[in-house]
Amino acid sequence: EERAVRLDKPTKKKTKKPKKQPKPPHENGNDSMIEKTEPEHVDAPAEFSFPPTFSVSEIKNKQRRHLMFMKLKQEKRKQKVAMKKKKKKERDALGDKAPPKEVPKTIENQRVYDETTVNPEDEEVAFDEGTDEFSAYFNRLTNPKVLITTSDRPRGRTVRFCNQLATVIPDAHVYYRRGLALKKVIPQCIARGFTYLMVINEDRKVPNGMVLCHLPDGPTAHFKVSSVRLRKEMKRRGKDPTEHSPEVILNNFTTRLGHSMGRLFAALFPHDPQFVGRQVATFHNQRDFIFFRFHRYIFKNEKRVGIQELGPRFTLKLRSLQKGTFDSKFGEYEWVLKRHENDVCRRRFNL
Amino acid sequence: MADKSQVCSVWVGSETGILKGVSLSKKQAFNFCEMSCLSRDQEVCVLGWGDEHETEVLVGSVNGTVKTFSTEKGIFTETRQCGESTQGRFTGIAVTDSALITCVETGLLRVWKEGSTDTVEINAGTNVCRMRQNPSQRNQVATGGKENGLKVWDLERPETPIFTSKNVRNDWLDMRVPEWVRDMSFIPDSDKIVTCTGHHQVRVYDPASPQRRPVLEAHFGEYPLTALSLPANQDSVVVGNTHGELAILDLRKGLVRGCLKGLAGGVRGLQCHPSLPLVATCGLDRFLRVHSLEDRSLQHKVYLKSRLNCVLLSSKDLELSGSAVTGDVEEVKEEGGEVDEVWDTMEMINDQAKKRATDEEEAVVPGVEKTTKKRKVVK
Repeated sequence: EERAVRLDKPTKKKTKKPKKQPKPPHENGNDSMIEKTEPEHVDAPAEFSFPPTFSVSEIKNKQRRHLMFMKLKQEKRKQKVAMKKKKKKERDALGDKAPPKEVPKTIENQRVYDETTVNPEDEEVAFDEGTDEFSAYFNRLTNPKVLITTSDRPRGRTVRFCNQLATVIPDAHVYYRRGLALKKVIPQCIARGFTYLMVINEDRKVPNGMVLCHLPDGPTAHFKVSSVRLRKEMKRRGKDPTEHSPEVILNNFTTRLGHSMGRLFAALFPHDPQFVGRQVATFHNQRDFIFFRFHRYIFKNEKRVGIQELGPRFTLKLRSLQKGTFDSKFGEYEWVLKRHENDVCRRRFNL
Repeated sequence: MADKSQVCSVWVGSETGILKGVSLSKKQAFNFCEMSCLSRDQEVCVLGWGDEHETEVLVGSVNGTVKTFSTEKGIFTETRQCGESTQGRFTGIAVTDSALITCVETGLLRVWKEGSTDTVEINAGTNVCRMRQNPSQRNQVATGGKENGLKVWDLERPETPIFTSKNVRNDWLDMRVPEWVRDMSFIPDSDKIVTCTGHHQVRVYDPASPQRRPVLEAHFGEYPLTALSLPANQDSVVVGNTHGELAILDLRKGLVRGCLKGLAGGVRGLQCHPSLPLVATCGLDRFLRVHSLEDRSLQHKVYLKSRLNCVLLSSKDLELSGSAVTGDVEEVKEEGGEVDEVWDTMEMINDQAKKRATDEEEAVVPGVEKTTKKRKVVK
């Protein structure tokens, strides 16, 4: 019976325009076609209700399948609009007594509670953080001094990225790698008083990885770098950053691992920001991706701020955190990203 | 404090110096630390049982002190100074006949006798990574380290080891294979010793055989193996490496039987339960995990806030589910008995009552079995 119905359908190719017209028949020259389809449409629901497992995808003819699918979509859209209208009417009718608007579910809303989330009053965690490798910086015993280098033989984009990073981070020095082994570079850095070693790894002329090693004995973090935008590529950017120390914003580092990461980034910058410079570096963590942005702000009045993005922007994803300085073969890892174990639940994050 | 420590079935030592007791049945963790003054030089390096009945836990710290913690009383009862922090960290602690054996990284193995201040000293070479005691022959200990092969010492003859292992032959490039023994264990009911190395090898040595080279060698992974433990049944060994990969290896052929998932950080401490097929691991990711060895599933996971260095399992039954099930069955039987009595007192309906009573009992018993099955599946 269904097949009989469909044979009656006009086999002429319908153009898209009449298809997209709303259901109330229009006066264009396609009246006949629409009239034909309408009774079919009236009959069709009766037919459709017969086999409950029928779906549009079972029609073998591509054109007819397409037509039926489009009809289905239009129906659904109509129902959705009608529902919305109805809800709005009810809401207006209730007025003040209306129930509050439902918040849509997002992955951040639905995030599985992580038991390692740091409680600010926790003494043990406070002691742990107070005596870990960053305690020298946070007790104001050392000032940060960063050495930025790359993997061997970097190409132009990476070199420019390193130079721009050096302008963003105060007291940063860029050195050419010259094929030296990191394990041999590290003791020399320690001897010269560096507190951080940052190595930007390059692949196919684009920076794609970063190793951030806190010296003298601090943790080494290995990141995947993506979405690098250099200053030239930024729209509506301001002038180049000045030598003032920026303020640092660390967003959303809630878990214990997140705390370690936050401290790692905070220790890159000098303790006291120079507010005269009106510059701010932001490390924003969302869904385990850390977004770095560098802005200059200006207060227009007490309540309104204008910001200008300067400087490079990039995204980081932590791949591993190793205790001790860089030793990928024999070092002990505090946390390793294991993709298959992390992919099990889309709402579970580590930072 | 005493009741808390009596319930604990797993003891964990952390880098902040806190001894933590975990009760898996109650799903609670307790911190046992002396005062609110903690310091990093009290970092726990080794944990060991002070006696056979597992009533005392010996805690060895970085500053050279060995504290005795009584599980019954819940407090630290004794502190001994067994060396200074300049001599290196403790790599092993054991007890024989009221004498305490300690070994430090610089290779100094000392036997501290009760009451006398002099010690029997053995120099076990440099860079010792681990010292373990033979559970069946308590006066034998094994030591091993970086470029320091496995040596088995008898404490009654401290001059020379009773077994010194030999390095394997040169590899296919005719180069010396580097040696780095990270952990070892004595296989019960035999003389053999199984070791895991920092070059991701697992080796079995047999002092009874004439060859001093390893009898069996197996490889796992690409990262240094840090900890090793033997489960209750023979022929297998559980190893963990710095990347948080745990594997069960078969010692008959040297193949990997399976991996245990879940760890994100390097494994620092690993111990199998003496009788149940369970293994407890602790590591740098600040979690204590208990896996089941049969189906390799995670049974318990406890967040313990500091990086963990060593773990100690007690031999008693870890889980409440066993006792809970028996409790339920007992209650059910009692109820059935009561119902029988009630029905028996009512005269007229005796036959039907008996049938119903039996039906109820039959219905109830499979019900209990079902719940136990459910529990196993849920785990």
